[in-house]
Amino acid sequence: MPATAKREPRQTGHEFMSWKIWSLKKSVWVFHVNTGACNNCDIEIVNLLTPKFDIERFGMKLVGSPRHADALLVTGVVTAQAAPRLREVYRQTPKPCVVFAMGACACDTGVFYNGYHVVGPVDKIIREIDPNAIIAYVPGCPPKPEAMISGVVKALSVL
Amino acid sequence: MIEAMQNLFWILIFPGFVFTVALGLVASWIVRKVSALVQWRVGPPLFQPFYDIMKLMGKEILIPQDAQRTVFLAAPLVGLAGVLLLSTILGVAAFWPEETFVGDIIVAIYLMVLPSLALILGSSASASPHATIGTSREMKLVMGYELPLVLAFIVVIIKTGGQLNLAEIAGYTPALSISGMLAFLAALLCVQAKLGFVPFDIAESETEVASGIIIEYSGALLAAWKLMHAMMLVALPLFLVMVFLGGFGTAGWPLVWGIGKYVLVLVLLILIKNTNPRVRIDQAMKFFWVYCGIALAAAVVLASIGNYYGISWL
Repeated sequence: MPATAKREPRQTGHEFMSWKIWSLKKSVWVFHVNTGACNNCDIEIVNLLTPKFDIERFGMKLVGSPRHADALLVTGVVTAQAAPRLREVYRQTPKPCVVFAMGACACDTGVFYNGYHVVGPVDKIIREIDPNAIIAYVPGCPPKPEAMISGVVKALSVL
Repeated sequence: MIEAMQNLFWILIFPGFVFTVALGLVASWIVRKVSALVQWRVGPPLFQPFYDIMKLMGKEILIPQDAQRTVFLAAPLVGLAGVLLLSTILGVAAFWPEETFVGDIIVAIYLMVLPSLALILGSSASASPHATIGTSREMKLVMGYELPLVLAFIVVIIKTGGQLNLAEIAGYTPALSISGMLAFLAALLCVQAKLGFVPFDIAESETEVASGIIIEYSGALLAAWKLMHAMMLVALPLFLVMVFLGGFGTAGWPLVWGIGKYVLVLVLLILIKNTNPRVRIDQAMKFFWVYCGIALAAAVVLASIGNYYGISWL
């Protein structure tokens, strides 16, 4: 056997992962985390459950515990008080999971940029404990429910 | 050997696992769809419960650090096994009436407690304060509804002249009398509490204790709980139909009529679920022990009188 022979990289577990991701896209259970938002984004998130938007059509539903969740909807700048809680909630969420930063504050701290109580946007806090976390951003102050649905669909289609 | 194979077939395939899971997933879709229609929404697609179970199977299983691991892992399987046996006994009594044994209604009553006991075990092993609150509520609820449920079955046994065999009881229609109707309504509400549906979803209340008893479960273990709930959606209304509403035929129009009765009971449960707010645990206890208890004591007396003097409508 010549020394230059190259081995094909083995695609271990690719087929196995695909059904997991496929079914994850079909049924996304969402846990809502408020890390110091002004409540505007939260109102718009609750709007998603109303008859007008009804995200249960896509199999999404709000659950009461991060252990049941597949996606975290994080709203608000992460305040110094909320950062450890956000890390804990992220650790408690079974993987694979997706983090959605909802609204301008969660994406890049918005008008609270450099505030004394702000320890960073959501992605910075999450990446501290998991550098490979899947994070999607939906900007807006607050983002419209249509924008949220479109952001979720775009994020899931690249998963 | 043949008999063992037949038992295995009953438990694993036809009235047992495969059939009940398939029917249960459809039934839980009916629950979500009818709830959505009541709330003027569109609701999930038909295969949504199937996607949910499949996704949960593929997720990570987290076990809390302080949890009692063995009990925490075994509890969902205990509950699943209990419902599996219950639905097998009911299915065999419905489709092979000659294969049943005397006293299977008592076995079925015991097996109906097993899922609740498994939930209590699992949640108290998970070492979470929210789960502890849920456990204590579930225990009180079980004590609350077991008494009226057993009284309701006693009414049926009196009405049928002392029958203890499900296949024999399915030949009667006790709900077509005053005492039988009272017993049916009370048993319907007890089943509502057993399923954890809204006026009695105190143990699992998502907005109060963040889904209480199953809060620490994730991944495949949560899927086991969801499967157990889906199978209970088949077994418990089926039990009510067999005991109170005259059972199923094995073929033709009686079978269609039997399925119609099952769907009727299921939709009744869903409508009660969607038109009532959650009660507190003390209200639930009072409801089951005082109101249901008095109504059922009256029903037992009426049924005995009717049985003694041969008045069938009493």
